[in-house]
Amino acid sequence: MGDLYHEQRAMRQMRRAALARGVMAVLDIGTSKMSCIVLQFDGPGQFREEDGVGPMAGQSNFRVIGAATTQSRGMRYGEIETMAETERAVRTVVSSAQKRAGVRVDHVIACLSGARPSSYGLAGEVTLASGKCADHDIGAVLASCDVPDFGRGREVLHAQPVNFAVDSRSGLSDPRDHVGNKLAVDVHALTIDGDAAGNLVHCIRRCDLELAGVASAAYVAGRAALVEDEQELGSACIDMGGGVTGVSIFVRKHMIFADAVRMGGELVTQDIARGLRVSTQMAEWLKTRHGGIEATGRDDREMIQVDGGAGGPAHETGDWDHDRRTVSRADLIGIMRPRVEEILDEVRAVLDAAGFDYMPSRQIVLTGGGSQIPGLETLAARILGQNVRIGRPLRIQGLAQNMTTPGHAATVGLALFAAHPQDEWWDFDMPVSSHGARSVRRVARWFRNHW
Amino acid sequence: MQQLTRPGDRHAMLGRPAPARPAPARPQAQPRPARRDPAPSRLAYRLNRIWLTPLYRRILRVGLPAFALAMVVGLYLSDETRRAEISGGVTAMVEKVQTRDEFMVHSMRIEGASPVVDKGLRAMLPVTLPASSFDIDLEALRVAVLNLDAVEKIELRIEPGGVLSAVVTERTPAMLWRHARGIELLDKTGHRVASATSRDVRPDLPMIAGEGANAAAAEAMTLIDAAGPILPRVRGLERMGARRWDLVLDRGQRIMLPEDRAVQALEHAIALDRTRTLLSRDVAVVDLRNGDRPIVRMGLTAQNTLRRARGEPEIGADGRIIEPPEDAAKAAAKKATTKKNTTNKSTAATKKPSKKG
Repeated sequence: MGDLYHEQRAMRQMRRAALARGVMAVLDIGTSKMSCIVLQFDGPGQFREEDGVGPMAGQSNFRVIGAATTQSRGMRYGEIETMAETERAVRTVVSSAQKRAGVRVDHVIACLSGARPSSYGLAGEVTLASGKCADHDIGAVLASCDVPDFGRGREVLHAQPVNFAVDSRSGLSDPRDHVGNKLAVDVHALTIDGDAAGNLVHCIRRCDLELAGVASAAYVAGRAALVEDEQELGSACIDMGGGVTGVSIFVRKHMIFADAVRMGGELVTQDIARGLRVSTQMAEWLKTRHGGIEATGRDDREMIQVDGGAGGPAHETGDWDHDRRTVSRADLIGIMRPRVEEILDEVRAVLDAAGFDYMPSRQIVLTGGGSQIPGLETLAARILGQNVRIGRPLRIQGLAQNMTTPGHAATVGLALFAAHPQDEWWDFDMPVSSHGARSVRRVARWFRNHW
Repeated sequence: MQQLTRPGDRHAMLGRPAPARPAPARPQAQPRPARRDPAPSRLAYRLNRIWLTPLYRRILRVGLPAFALAMVVGLYLSDETRRAEISGGVTAMVEKVQTRDEFMVHSMRIEGASPVVDKGLRAMLPVTLPASSFDIDLEALRVAVLNLDAVEKIELRIEPGGVLSAVVTERTPAMLWRHARGIELLDKTGHRVASATSRDVRPDLPMIAGEGANAAAAEAMTLIDAAGPILPRVRGLERMGARRWDLVLDRGQRIMLPEDRAVQALEHAIALDRTRTLLSRDVAVVDLRNGDRPIVRMGLTAQNTLRRARGEPEIGADGRIIEPPEDAAKAAAKKATTKKNTTNKSTAATKKPSKKG
């Protein structure tokens, strides 16, 4: 645990160095696409109060100077399957983003959607010796959390203090200077498969980039797609990606649960390819161009040419009848709907396991590329609950229009995460280390910056 | 077999083979063009990143070309003959442009100059015509020409058609100045115009003399203008002690004018002449240096007339008493007293103003 603590602190240090340089890239490594945006940190003050912009939820101090998206390679279920292929894809996307930005990028913050995340709620308690919660007590209470056995080869990706309580007063966000005898904390820890994380780190190192942070895609998608009220009141963000559907639950502006279903849009494509006996590219094109969930009578008459048009002449078999087939849109919907239902059923199971039904507000936000299927809202409302909407990512300055689709929610969220990471366990000084004036000052500075 | 043969198929009936008809071929799958890997190679990626580094970028885009250029130019110019070639080429090119017909000056036109000045001006032109207008420094030429005393003003200009035009305003001589080194012609401001060999060169001009007379030439002109009625008698003006003027008349008469208000003093003398016919009398000097008390020095004849009337012995041109030969010894004893008296009388007039001046 100490090793991880130092590793994460090193990454935070790297992030600070990147902020000092002013240029940082965020890299969303997804199963179907990889996107990279280069952020320029101009510091606050580029907007004045008279402009009516305000701090803009913390995204006003940076802007996007280069963005690129490419097809992902060598990925499966949100994990790296073929290292060399993934490395090539990372090189492609980073170099084209750099080219558009016109600057060299050295620091990268990456997110990973798969790698079997599992979240734990930890609790810690410490007695306040001075009768008052001091700065070092916060570090002490975080260190006092009883850590369960995460399993072999698991790495902690996030460990965020969610709630502080002094004596019986719970729900504190800043317990400093509270008078009491006991300080308790609730920490949400998210662990992922350590080997998958190691592969990611290796891949990025091979591209001559320094890793300045790793985040869970479900978490960052939630930060981008959920509006502030939803984060405050409690909601679930479902990031329907290509290989993995991530679920994250937010309440009181903290993520309290995250999980991932190892099913995604690529399964739907596979089903179409198998069901209609077409190539994967053709199936992908059919899904995005004609796909749907709710069949109507009109869809029976709407015939779709399943020819070499999308796949190109290379997919011509020479059999005229085979190459000039048509299917009705109803057929396509008939293939897609059961798979989407299955995915949503799995999500439902995850939400049930997380106890989402007991949340005060049960808002569900669908985002990710898969959420663009027409008619998904009605199906999701039937399966998941009444309050369902499609979430688009927050607007950030300088982002191109084509990257404001729900599919880029994780990318945008990662940019927000890069600009304002939430406090994590490793942001506090461990009590075993000397908590002299320096660490106190650091905590004080941290609190000043973040609250 | 006969029934099967179509009526038009005459060739078959004639036993000729049917033309070979190719079977419709199955469409060949076109060779797929090798898809290029969109990913940059590791080397390309690294080079691209190096290229995006500002330092390398600046070195490669500015430093290296500048260095290469400097190197090539330096190597080329390190040879002496090449440098000479280049400079010679440049000079030749400049020469070629400058000696174009449009820039050539073919002739010089001088207006308003006397033949002497004209000749001098042509001699002063530093180049021989025709010459390029780039070789003629008009300003320097103007300064040089202005050093000529006879020239007051000159306008030099190269006119279209290759004509160097010089419009000269010459100084007009207004007086002659006689000094220790000869005679010079002066204009009315006192600036030298030319030298003269004798006074007869310009008998129409008034004459001034004395050290520093040219500096007060303007005053001399006003004095000569004021001497209207007596002008025929005026021989000239003499500057005394570089300070004041003497008007010299013929018959050795002289009007001594004061340092300031000289014109008024002269007018006073003229008025005296008009009322008392002062100057037609035997008067050697009219001393007007003291404005309150004009003093007249009488001529020798007048003095002797006066002396004769008084019964005193006459005096000679040298101021000595002419002794009657008979009583020379007697007179010698008497001489001391009389001489004292006469010298006292005659020097009183001359000494007083000189003490004052």
